[in-house]
Amino acid sequence: MLTIKAEQATKDYDVIIVGSGAGGGQMAFTLTLAGIKCLMLEAGRAYDPVAETPMFQRKDQAPLLGTSTPDKQFFGFHDATIDGGWEMEAEPYTQASDKPEEQFWWWRARMLGGRTNHWGRISLRNGPYDFKPKSRDGFGLDWPIDYDEIEAYYTKVEQLIGVYGSNEGLENTPNSPDGVLQPPPKGRAGELLAQKHGKTLGIPIIPIHRAVLTQKLDADRLPAKLFPGNTWAQKIVGDAMRARAACFWATPCGRGCSTGANYQSTTVHLPPALATGNLDIVANAHVREVLLGPDGKASGVLFIDKTTGKDVQVNARAVVLAASSGETVRIMLNSKSTLFPDGIANGSGLVGKYIMDTVGTSLQGQIPALENLPPYNEDGAGGSHFYAPWWLYKEAGKLGFPRGYHIEMGATRGMPGGGNPLPDDLGAGAYGARYKQEARRYYGSFMGFACRGEMIPNDNCFAELDDTVKDKWGVPVLKWHWKWAEHEQRMCDHAEQTFKQLIETMGGTVRTVTTGRNHIDPGGKIIHEVGGAIMGSHRNTSVCNGYNQTWDVKNLFLVDGTPFPSNADKNPTLTIMALAWRAGDYLVDQSKKGLL
Amino acid sequence: MSHHFQEPESLSAIPLIVSEAPRLPRRTVFKWFVAVAATLQLGDALVFGAEPVPGVPPVSATGYGSDPLLNHTYKPGDNWSLTLSRTQRAAAIALADVILPADNLGPAASELRVIDFVDEWVSAPYPAQLLDRDIVLPGLDWLDAEASRRFGRVFAALALEQQRAICDDICFAQRATDAFRSGARFFSRFRSLTAAAYYATPEGWEAIGYVGNQPSLNYEGPPEEVLTRLGVEQTVR
Repeated sequence: MLTIKAEQATKDYDVIIVGSGAGGGQMAFTLTLAGIKCLMLEAGRAYDPVAETPMFQRKDQAPLLGTSTPDKQFFGFHDATIDGGWEMEAEPYTQASDKPEEQFWWWRARMLGGRTNHWGRISLRNGPYDFKPKSRDGFGLDWPIDYDEIEAYYTKVEQLIGVYGSNEGLENTPNSPDGVLQPPPKGRAGELLAQKHGKTLGIPIIPIHRAVLTQKLDADRLPAKLFPGNTWAQKIVGDAMRARAACFWATPCGRGCSTGANYQSTTVHLPPALATGNLDIVANAHVREVLLGPDGKASGVLFIDKTTGKDVQVNARAVVLAASSGETVRIMLNSKSTLFPDGIANGSGLVGKYIMDTVGTSLQGQIPALENLPPYNEDGAGGSHFYAPWWLYKEAGKLGFPRGYHIEMGATRGMPGGGNPLPDDLGAGAYGARYKQEARRYYGSFMGFACRGEMIPNDNCFAELDDTVKDKWGVPVLKWHWKWAEHEQRMCDHAEQTFKQLIETMGGTVRTVTTGRNHIDPGGKIIHEVGGAIMGSHRNTSVCNGYNQTWDVKNLFLVDGTPFPSNADKNPTLTIMALAWRAGDYLVDQSKKGLL
Repeated sequence: MSHHFQEPESLSAIPLIVSEAPRLPRRTVFKWFVAVAATLQLGDALVFGAEPVPGVPPVSATGYGSDPLLNHTYKPGDNWSLTLSRTQRAAAIALADVILPADNLGPAASELRVIDFVDEWVSAPYPAQLLDRDIVLPGLDWLDAEASRRFGRVFAALALEQQRAICDDICFAQRATDAFRSGARFFSRFRSLTAAAYYATPEGWEAIGYVGNQPSLNYEGPPEEVLTRLGVEQTVR
């Protein structure tokens, strides 16, 4: 992907966008197609998914059979993430507590496109309840906007990126307008089996929504819907849509996609934004601070050019931060001035507060009905096809925890290798021909169920600057504070009981023996960090307004997860994009009116 | 992957162990380790000791770094040198073929060069692999010593029945007698590693029944035969 050198970023830019993932990518797309000249700063290196994605590599073609190492953390060698993970030598962070359960794991992806290159593509709309949680049950915080105000943007994003799924009309699980979603892929054996048995337990297992093209985007029709009356924008967006192929039903999405069959910023947002001629991208630009002009407005950004180690200043009429919740908080807290001694736009003192992740726990079962099935191709869309949205809204008062979780499931005869297919207890000492028979028998018979639940923001989960520790470039790092509340613990207890019931109803046996209490995933492990500069309806109780615009500095916008005042069980990426598009339209409008 | 389901690429391909919590002696140093522990089925370092094992030469190589070339085909030895001795290799090749012999499901482990992958694994400079190194290398040495004690020859030189006689004593940790407890832990880890490599190959895919990694125009879902056996209908039309 085309980037320029730091010293070439000398144009008269309207807007500087920090970050190139879901929020930054969407903002660049929206603004450049509105004729706004943008400079995008990415802390990692340039990245070209067309050339770099390992599309058909087998595990025996990767070091250590593709398994994870400290260099390629958790998702394995072929995961798209480069220069990232929970631990990065050049960019440490600290914890306020020594207790593991009070620590936050902070995932970074230092590469163009950020986490969108490897994410799971799960694209769920928040429902109407999700914007007014406090009004419903008294906990947490309401959003200053409601579902109706963002609905049209969800639709626009779905039309642009392409999302498969179905409309089931379930409570707080919004339908998309007819014709917007792409056809969902067929259910796999385990998913269909879970669906059948889930029904007897009242658990609705339905097609999930994921940003994968099950057919080519309708490039003749969609651009006119997205940009009515603007033939220039329609042409650019149409060309970009035509360049994306439909899924060819192989290769996991976590590797990224060289044919553009799924959404990642680098194949969907950035190519058309660059095609406008209104976008310059500087990679390896590690932002030190947002600069404040004498008029109290953001005047530019100071960054370290990692290729030279030198500080570079760029100026613009507005600044957009989309660096991820943690990094945006860090940049804001490090942007100190006389006007804002505690960090830019931090008059409320709330920058860094109310950081949330998704509540995660999982359980695996072995299902005899799935043993010894005749071999067939279950690669599918490179990720899950089915899930269960939260189904107990009516029971909320009786459960002991107020919010919900959805169930993600893994049931596939996926590409083997890298692990032992026959656990010792099931093999019971098997080796030789019997081992191979037993491995074949059990292959594909394991199913995992995962809780992805809503965490209520609390006073114990926040980030601040560490007093002493600095990163490789001398920028103060974040110190994390974390504590799950009783609500989340109870949710995990419930999830685990539910999964056990489901597995046993399917005739299976639970493979892991735990309790939710000690099995809740650490904060940050699900990599859904949101909050830290929440939006609200008053400047004393929030950092930005309902348009992602900071109260204190009106030409400073936050379009990653930071403005989320709640973290619904729905994965945050689609909402980040919808809010970013809306904020972009607002920025253009305000700019035209001379109000920025 | 969540945000997605944050599990390895295929959740069902890597089953967990029942109630065998992995020990993480270096947890404070390698915090990230916790996340991968369950799926990697880490060896129990206490078996052969978490401290450096006498006779196991240290690994001095560096890893492949945080930005390796991804769209590339690697083979064992490309990123760091292989370190098994000739004797250890011979024992390892023989044992792998006892565990994964040629049969109607596919070729023997040695035909797929499975030990190259095991050697790459135990020669790697990463924490999980270093723990395995301290299990596998002494384990291979023990195997030859045990073979010599019982039959007067190294393991690779034994007849299959003799090799199986030793394996029968160590193939299932839960049933191993005290004298064979360490040997059984080694066997478990070694079987796991050889299978991890064997089933990563196209021949291994065929042996286990994996079909995929090939482009197609449509995704048809499970065939009618599978649906019938499960008593389910395809609900996505």
